[in-house]
Amino acid sequence: MDAIILQILNGLDKGSAYALIALGLTLIFGTLGVVNFAHGALFMIGAFCAVFVQRLLNLSFETVDPSKTDFLGQPLKVKTPYVESWFGPDVGATIIDWSVPLAVLFCIPVMVLIGFVMERGLIKHFYKREHADQILVTFGLAIVLQEVIKAFYGANPIQTPAPETLSGVATLAGGIVYPVWRIVYFCFAAVIIGGVFAFLQFTTFGMVVRAGMADRETVGLLGINIDRRFTVMFGIAAAVAGLAGVMYGPINAPNYHMGMDFLVLSFVVVVVGGMGSLPGAVAAGFLLGILESFASTTWATTTIPGINQIIIYLVAIIILLTRPRGLLGKKGVME
Amino acid sequence: MSKTNLTRRGVLKSGAVAGAGVALPTIFTASSAAAYTNEPTGGSVTLGFNVPQTGPYADEGADELRAYELAVEHLNGGGDGGMMNTFSSNALQGNGILGKKVEFVTGDTQTKSDAARASAKSMIEKDGAIMITGGSSSGVAIAVQGLCQEAGVIFMAGLTHSNDTTGKDKKANGFRHFFNGYMSGAALAPVLKQLYGDDRKAYHLTADYTWGWTQQESIAAATEALGWETVNNVLTPLAATDFSSYIAPVLNSGADVLVLNHYGGNMVNSLTNAVQFGLRNKEVNGKNFEIVVPLFSRLMARGAGENIKGIVGSTNWHWSLQDDASKAFVKSFGTKYGFPPSQAAHTVYCQTLLYADACQRAGTFNPCGVAEALEGFEFDGLGNGKTLYRAEDHQCFKDVLVVKGKENPTSEFDLLEVVEVTPAAQVTYAPDHPMFAGGALGTCNPGA
Repeated sequence: MDAIILQILNGLDKGSAYALIALGLTLIFGTLGVVNFAHGALFMIGAFCAVFVQRLLNLSFETVDPSKTDFLGQPLKVKTPYVESWFGPDVGATIIDWSVPLAVLFCIPVMVLIGFVMERGLIKHFYKREHADQILVTFGLAIVLQEVIKAFYGANPIQTPAPETLSGVATLAGGIVYPVWRIVYFCFAAVIIGGVFAFLQFTTFGMVVRAGMADRETVGLLGINIDRRFTVMFGIAAAVAGLAGVMYGPINAPNYHMGMDFLVLSFVVVVVGGMGSLPGAVAAGFLLGILESFASTTWATTTIPGINQIIIYLVAIIILLTRPRGLLGKKGVME
Repeated sequence: MSKTNLTRRGVLKSGAVAGAGVALPTIFTASSAAAYTNEPTGGSVTLGFNVPQTGPYADEGADELRAYELAVEHLNGGGDGGMMNTFSSNALQGNGILGKKVEFVTGDTQTKSDAARASAKSMIEKDGAIMITGGSSSGVAIAVQGLCQEAGVIFMAGLTHSNDTTGKDKKANGFRHFFNGYMSGAALAPVLKQLYGDDRKAYHLTADYTWGWTQQESIAAATEALGWETVNNVLTPLAATDFSSYIAPVLNSGADVLVLNHYGGNMVNSLTNAVQFGLRNKEVNGKNFEIVVPLFSRLMARGAGENIKGIVGSTNWHWSLQDDASKAFVKSFGTKYGFPPSQAAHTVYCQTLLYADACQRAGTFNPCGVAEALEGFEFDGLGNGKTLYRAEDHQCFKDVLVVKGKENPTSEFDLLEVVEVTPAAQVTYAPDHPMFAGGALGTCNPGA
């Protein structure tokens, strides 16, 4: 029983990342009609916001310790972070320790800005082109972005640990132990998803965007600059992907390729959920996350070897055969 | 009035015959003089460095390239000479190889077998590379080794740890300086017994490809010989990033040791996930839960950060070794690049020197002559103590380092500490050992 609960928790955790990325993808597709293959790269850039903030907080000055030597036998240069010299060793160390939560604050404006630049600078020129053209240009953009990150940070993963107080394990009901940060990640994802839905549901801006998603032309005829609102939505979608990435850093060390690892799965999530359906994307994200978790258990892999690698695609095939528009897809979208 | 019988057809015929006549000596020269593939004819010789310049192991590839450039510099008489000064063979004079200046071309393996073969092929056919070396994956090494065998050039493997490279997939034209999975098991077992006892239950997570399979087999065999029980072995896809689904079952498996047969990004993520799930602080069967990472690399240890502390593994070489050769190499590399070399850098530097030395001793670049010079070659002064390039399988036999993640590192490079230097004799196995059975070395192919 414990094993089942653990796999459900793992699935919810994976599903959180899938759901957040798929939510952004669906927002962009639903508003702008663009299939954004660079969305995984936005997730990756979000994770590297944590790396950047961590490096920023660790900026150091060097002092020479003549009592020790480096690998070449020279006097050892000891690095002391500026924040430790400014605020004292304890406070400075605490600030550095909390670099990932601090990176969340940094990530939001950065990702919104990147979203604006991407949409205004490149993607808007492809609105009236074929989906294939959009896929090609956004996929190319994703490759460029990941190579830029690799040029700055290298190919190896870089650890961005959670604050010490949030990096242990929590004992849940029934004595089940589970990493605290993964619980934090799930709660964070739930808040972000809830926030996006509330924004779309309960604000005038959101109402206009929803109206635009349903009938762009009519909303435009009412004298509303729907394009500007859609650009804002692109920025929000980029921020959601970035937040998913920055908080994911302590779970798996960021590396330049992590966006691509999530991209394909997130597209499957969007298709299974139903193109253009926000609730569908979220529901499919969690569903496929849980299924993937169970498919990775020893029981599943010994019963059907390789099931852990194909489960998501298998489910996608079954759902698309039985419900061609996906779980919650609407008539007329991508048809 | 004179009459000429010059016709268009006649001119064409005569031209064809004359052309063939002129070309004939060249054709004969080309085929008769080139006794082997890419025989150098000018004042230089070209080596092909095939390393991952893109992809997940690009950082290791970059370090390999640095070491290759340093080796070429030393071979051509530049720099401080590095390990050429400590190498037991005195054949190399710092005037290139056999008097020819050493030049090099590079290829990008991308850590993909097909891309690695394509870049090696290009370097052989277009750039005239006489030897191919490098790589940071066993899958790539085996693929490129096969290509070099067919093409008739020597392959000096880079970082490849699968038993198969010099086991069932060994080739007469291929040589491996790096250690292998069996050696890791043989070196680790006594240390694991000493540290964790002989009554342990081990759970293996294994990367699902040639290297993972052979390492798991080797470690399981070595630890079971101690009395450990292998509770389970779960194969994980190479593309996996989140290992939580694989780690969670470990918690209720009754195992008290987790063996991570993972490398690179897989290792970083699986170890991070294992630590997140509190395995390091867990107590099972009345013992502390332990994690073992059989193949360690400093570059990967850096990626794993704090999680690596106290974790035991094995490595081919480490910059903190205090023998004259290691110190010379670290000084040479560190002065040029500003940081100490990785084990990948060390092994490829050694391979370049060993190849050059073999050519020098053989007096030829002919792959068969070089192979003969390398087979059974015993040497010292390259950082691993006395070493043998065994003739039967082209595997180097040398000391193996057992290392542990350092608790209190003094710098960003000071991540591993050497806990034991396992003597070569302890990691040596018979050429017909069952873990290496199934293939034949074959005969050397000089190509051409």
